[in-house]
Amino acid sequence: MTKSYDHIVIGAGHNGLTAAAYLAKAGGRVLVLEARDAIGGASATAEIAPGYKVSTCAHLLNQLHPRVAKDLGLASHGLKFAGTDLPTTVLGASGAVLRAQGDNVEGAISPADRAKYAAFRKKLLKFSKRLQPMLLTTPPRLLNRDFKQNMDLLKLGWAIRSLGRTDMREFLRVAGMNVYDLVRDDFESDLVQVLFANDAVLGTSMGPRSPGTVLTLLYRLTGEIAGRQGALALPQGGMGAVADALAAAATKAGAEIRTAAPVARILIENDRAVGVVLSSGEEIRAGHILSNADPRTTFVKLVGARHLDAGFQRDVTKIRTKGMAAKLNLALDSLPAFTGLNQSDLAGRVILSESIEQIENAFNPAKYGEYSPTPLIELTIPSVADPSLTGPGKHVLSAIVQYAPYHLKAGWDAAREDFLKTIMARLENFAPGIGKQVVASQLLTPLDLEREYGLPGGHWHHGELAIDQLLMLRPVAAASRYEGPIAGLYLCGAGAHPGGGVMGAAGHNAARTVLEARKSGEKAA
Amino acid sequence: MNAPVTKPIHVGLKPTPFIERLRPLNKFESLEYWKGYWSPADYGNAEREYFAIRNTSSVFDLSPMTKYRITGPDTVAFLQRMVTRDVSKIKVGRVGYTVWCNDEGKVIDDGTLFRLGENHFRLCCQENQLFWLSHSAEGFDVNIYDETDEVTGLSLQGPTSCSVLKALGCEGIETLKPFEMRAFPFAGGEVVVSRTGFTGDLGYELWIDPSLALPLWDGLQEAGKPFSGVEPIGSHALDMVRIEAGFIAAQVDFVPADQAIRADRARSPFELNLGWLVAMDKGHFTGRRALLEEQKNGSKYCLVAVDIDGKYPADGSIIYHHKETEVGHITSGIWSPTAKRNIGLASLLVPFGKTMLDDLWVEIYVMRELKWEKLMVKCTVVKAPFFEPARRRATPPLTY
Amino acid sequence: MAERADKTRDVIVIGAGHNGLVNAAYLARAGLDVLVLEKNDHIGGAAVSSVMYEGWTYSNCSYVCSLLRPEIMRDLELPRHGLQVIPYEGGATMMRNGDHFATYYDHDVFREEMRRHSRKDAEAYDHYSTAVMKQCRWIKPLLLRTPPDPTSFRPRDLQELLYLGKHFASLGERDMGELIRFFTLSIADFLDEYFESDVVKAHFAGSGIIGTALGPYSPGTAYVLLHHYMGDIDGSVGAWGFARGGMGSVSSAIAASLLSYKGEIRVNSEVAQVLVENGKATGVVLANGDIIRARKVVSNLDVKRTFTKITDPKDLPGDFLERVTKFKIRGSSGKLNISLDGMPTFNNVPAGHSSLRGDLHFTDSMERMERAYDDWKAGDWSRDPYVDMLLPTQIDPTMAPPGKHYMSVFVQYAPPTLSGGRDWDGPARQQFADTVINQIAACSPNFKDLINHYEVRTPWDIENEVGLTEGNIFQGELTMDQLIFNRPVPGYAQYKAPIANMYMCGSSTHPGGGVMGAPGANAAREILRDLRIHGMDPRQEIEL
Repeated sequence: MTKSYDHIVIGAGHNGLTAAAYLAKAGGRVLVLEARDAIGGASATAEIAPGYKVSTCAHLLNQLHPRVAKDLGLASHGLKFAGTDLPTTVLGASGAVLRAQGDNVEGAISPADRAKYAAFRKKLLKFSKRLQPMLLTTPPRLLNRDFKQNMDLLKLGWAIRSLGRTDMREFLRVAGMNVYDLVRDDFESDLVQVLFANDAVLGTSMGPRSPGTVLTLLYRLTGEIAGRQGALALPQGGMGAVADALAAAATKAGAEIRTAAPVARILIENDRAVGVVLSSGEEIRAGHILSNADPRTTFVKLVGARHLDAGFQRDVTKIRTKGMAAKLNLALDSLPAFTGLNQSDLAGRVILSESIEQIENAFNPAKYGEYSPTPLIELTIPSVADPSLTGPGKHVLSAIVQYAPYHLKAGWDAAREDFLKTIMARLENFAPGIGKQVVASQLLTPLDLEREYGLPGGHWHHGELAIDQLLMLRPVAAASRYEGPIAGLYLCGAGAHPGGGVMGAAGHNAARTVLEARKSGEKAA
Repeated sequence: MNAPVTKPIHVGLKPTPFIERLRPLNKFESLEYWKGYWSPADYGNAEREYFAIRNTSSVFDLSPMTKYRITGPDTVAFLQRMVTRDVSKIKVGRVGYTVWCNDEGKVIDDGTLFRLGENHFRLCCQENQLFWLSHSAEGFDVNIYDETDEVTGLSLQGPTSCSVLKALGCEGIETLKPFEMRAFPFAGGEVVVSRTGFTGDLGYELWIDPSLALPLWDGLQEAGKPFSGVEPIGSHALDMVRIEAGFIAAQVDFVPADQAIRADRARSPFELNLGWLVAMDKGHFTGRRALLEEQKNGSKYCLVAVDIDGKYPADGSIIYHHKETEVGHITSGIWSPTAKRNIGLASLLVPFGKTMLDDLWVEIYVMRELKWEKLMVKCTVVKAPFFEPARRRATPPLTY
Repeated sequence: MAERADKTRDVIVIGAGHNGLVNAAYLARAGLDVLVLEKNDHIGGAAVSSVMYEGWTYSNCSYVCSLLRPEIMRDLELPRHGLQVIPYEGGATMMRNGDHFATYYDHDVFREEMRRHSRKDAEAYDHYSTAVMKQCRWIKPLLLRTPPDPTSFRPRDLQELLYLGKHFASLGERDMGELIRFFTLSIADFLDEYFESDVVKAHFAGSGIIGTALGPYSPGTAYVLLHHYMGDIDGSVGAWGFARGGMGSVSSAIAASLLSYKGEIRVNSEVAQVLVENGKATGVVLANGDIIRARKVVSNLDVKRTFTKITDPKDLPGDFLERVTKFKIRGSSGKLNISLDGMPTFNNVPAGHSSLRGDLHFTDSMERMERAYDDWKAGDWSRDPYVDMLLPTQIDPTMAPPGKHYMSVFVQYAPPTLSGGRDWDGPARQQFADTVINQIAACSPNFKDLINHYEVRTPWDIENEVGLTEGNIFQGELTMDQLIFNRPVPGYAQYKAPIANMYMCGSSTHPGGGVMGAPGANAAREILRDLRIHGMDPRQEIEL
């Protein structure tokens, strides 16, 4: 006899787990169904070779929402950091090195740039700070808002308005710009330009010159980790530890998590979602269904066209999800030697690129369905700060390789080997001899990220972060408040506002929406 | 560059399979725009053509009518999701009139669905709809094919039409009920006859391979001789009878929702008095949720038939309440030669036309000997159709 | 000359570009004493006709007309002063495989042509047009309005913001979303939603990149397309036409209108400096040292030239100057004007075909167009450029001797400065011309033989002669950070400079470039408002 549940969460990604934990804490009977054998989605740690564990997908924590961490007591559920406020090192041409941590920057930077750096960064952080309230707000509708939504809209507007006249004007100007112009207007040194450009373009399908890349930068800087805005942290045990803590919080509160339980479809009766059917044929019912899957999968695949309006279906199909980032994980028998970098650099984040033009040039082939021969690489060697991943002496390297398009003309299955060689050659430039240190490698192309982690188009955020896919338009206007056209079905993943990054805000907001619905339902009953 | 010079496409009106016969008859070359096809507006005297429809038999070239063949295992599911009617209730061999809506529940177009097989439909409509059809087809195993130029249509309408078809050799045609269709052998091939039309009178639509179009034309002319002839008609005469029948026309009585540029122009089926086409209980279809909301909150507009004092056609005139407040306009209006009334269809702002029926006035501008005069005449909401002969629905149809 | 003591004018307009002239004409019409000062020996700025080869008239810079606001044509009685705009029909993209994609005035013929390339695209076209039309209809009323300052609490700004909000809401929820998409999507993404055929997309995408330093894959180019579509000729939205006698006749008609209102224009009168006394603009100093005083000074120059070349930096607030220097004015286009001994024939389209009377292109795929942009990014002109080519003499008999033709070839992309230290004013200019001529000749066997003379205009030439910074035809990129209340500088979108009594009326201001006249008219309205002279209130958006 199947148990009955109040809420079913489809997918145990970090947002799904966050939603589950909140709902369970509020007294609901919650079931989380995960297709894979492991929980965490893209926030995962796995062994890529015996004795080598690594964050297979996302590799740094910078946006986990403090409210979520606090409400769910993640620290008490085992989330520890191997490093907070990590330094970033940019390694450019012929051993030029730029080191940045917080407002400090040194190395390959002109005195003029150095003098401006802190103020410039503070300005961006200030703008991002104003966007923070947006993260936990359910987007008001474009039209026909009720009183509460009007108040929310006013609050969001006021957050910007209260910047003061000068800053607000500057905010309205830069928000629509591209990062290339933004940083080149103020800085002349290559590597400081790279530093900002990397944070703006990583995970998007844009180059530094693409309008909209300042917005992605500001979005990223809304993140706060370990009490610091715009900082980076390394969870002890890899990103899987975040998922484990969330899962612990959820199960502690009474939620049930089933892995290897792929959902085949969402059960709809009388135009209302009433349960799910697993691939095994098992049918489970619940009052509310939350989907951590991306909007397209949720609606087109799990709900199905016959329950959707044709225009809505088209809108959902149109969501731009062109991923251009691949992930390379290497198991290494010893610590690689990056020219010009020391051990403490390698404990942080390393960006490999000579200049912002180089990043733009790396973007060019990706526009035409080719991978970049000289991709932008952001890497970490988490085993330096966290030996628990590999044991002493051995290391894992985790690299995000930007500008490998999902739609590769040659086809990924044919090109994967060559692409791996290309990346290794690029790494070899910066760390001579690294190739010989490799024990095992795992390359996840955008196609693999889609197949393995369900990221549509391999896009981290389940949909490009652009003005037309944010707030009341995320993922589409008719589903921007976590509830789509089907009553009882909610989106709780990165495809919903405010988007991806291991943040938990979408899960938090979706759970709040469900709880409100539950309350008003109880009242009605 | 050795590639050959590409011949640019043909510039001019597209011929229909009947053009050889029709062009010589159209002495004034009076044409009506219909998707770029050669399509007659009248043959010199629309009034005479009108009386052929109501008195004897008329033929109208339906070749430009857009026809889509819809096949595949999901055909019924696809149509159920697209149109407002319950398609499962249209039996094989029958025809159903329907509309389809966008997400907001506004009508995109209307048309007729011919069920040719369990999973084989033909959708006939005025406008090109492939864009919407193909988007609606995503997620369904269906095949949609534009067969406009491969199926020729001819509308035979009028009191003698049954007799003419019998004389043509369609044995048993008199047993064909309204909205039924049947195939008859003709000239070595076959002609499919459906008892449908846009006239509100006894009439049939004939569907045939283009190669048999001229023999069909000639055959009908021959067969019609003993019955006072079969008169070719143009769109003007057709427009008169459809208004008498209370039928609406796209681009005249409503703007197809996907072409409306202004936000308030599109109309729901309820607002077009087509609520009877909406099957809320059949499961989901595009626009259903919006239409449920509309049912709950009430419609903003309504479409009604009106009787207007006097004799001057009120087409396009503005309707006032108490001679002061604008409350709508006449979308189609003619002097009806059969009903002997000045009739029209009107779009009104609810509650006018629903509960507020009195004190409605139409402002008509008439030119009398080169002088324009403004008339404020009374307008009464009535029930359509304005003319409904018993032969329209009787099976077998009464002899003339 | 210097001995002539000039009286104090009501208004001095610096630069006789079309916006300067429109501005001056409106002010003169309101009864003000207006003087327009132009550094060149001719008026018109980038809207000029000139004879560079005996018997031929070139539209040297801008070459087609659509955006000029009908309200301005009517207010200033431009037709009475000689302006005739003749719409042209059709156009074609010649394809590498020898085929072509033509556009036709007749909707059904055009549909058949699209069907030849893709049935799906033929069906999608009406939906695409409706989508574009909806947005154009929304934007049009904003063209002749002054953008509000969103940071201000002045009743006027709040009122205008409220108007914008209401206007936005009038679209309905779905189209509100669509509008936002128009401002942020790339033209490639937008076209992908409707069309599948590469040549169809490439043909339409041209409007998304003309004059801009963005490729068709760059977010924001969908708006540039709108910018090119929001004009109309005789109510036919998105239609383009030729000004009879070349684009100079637009300028001369506005000038004639100005003169009829007793305004004055002086050519060969370069302004060296705006005179500022006690924080107020009081006149100008000419290059020859003459001083002319005025109650109001208006600059038609782009915002960079206005505030970095003819204004003393000490008269400007620091952050204003910083934002001016950060304003993006990027040269991205060049031009060839060619005098031809006869009508060239083309491999892809038969002689006499209607499409030849319209805009002709050779870029048959989105990828070629984007690659052309990649060259620009690298500091080179496009090896395979996108051209917008017209032969107006097929329609306009006044621009060349009978049987002879004038060809206008607009070329996208050409960078303002070349990489590798190359100078435009050297062999590069000829190499650039050869690139373009060879591209045309590849489709037209007799083209090279027909050439009598040609004029090459690189961004460098345009900057030097016309005075457009970097040769940018819009006086500033049309990206979101530089539109509406951000144009030209946040906080200064109301046509007023930070110096009292000084105004801006060039395309650097809202609503931007193209021979539209709206910035000039809007600036005039603001000036009259400040002078408390009535007669030019914001347009009511009644559809007439």
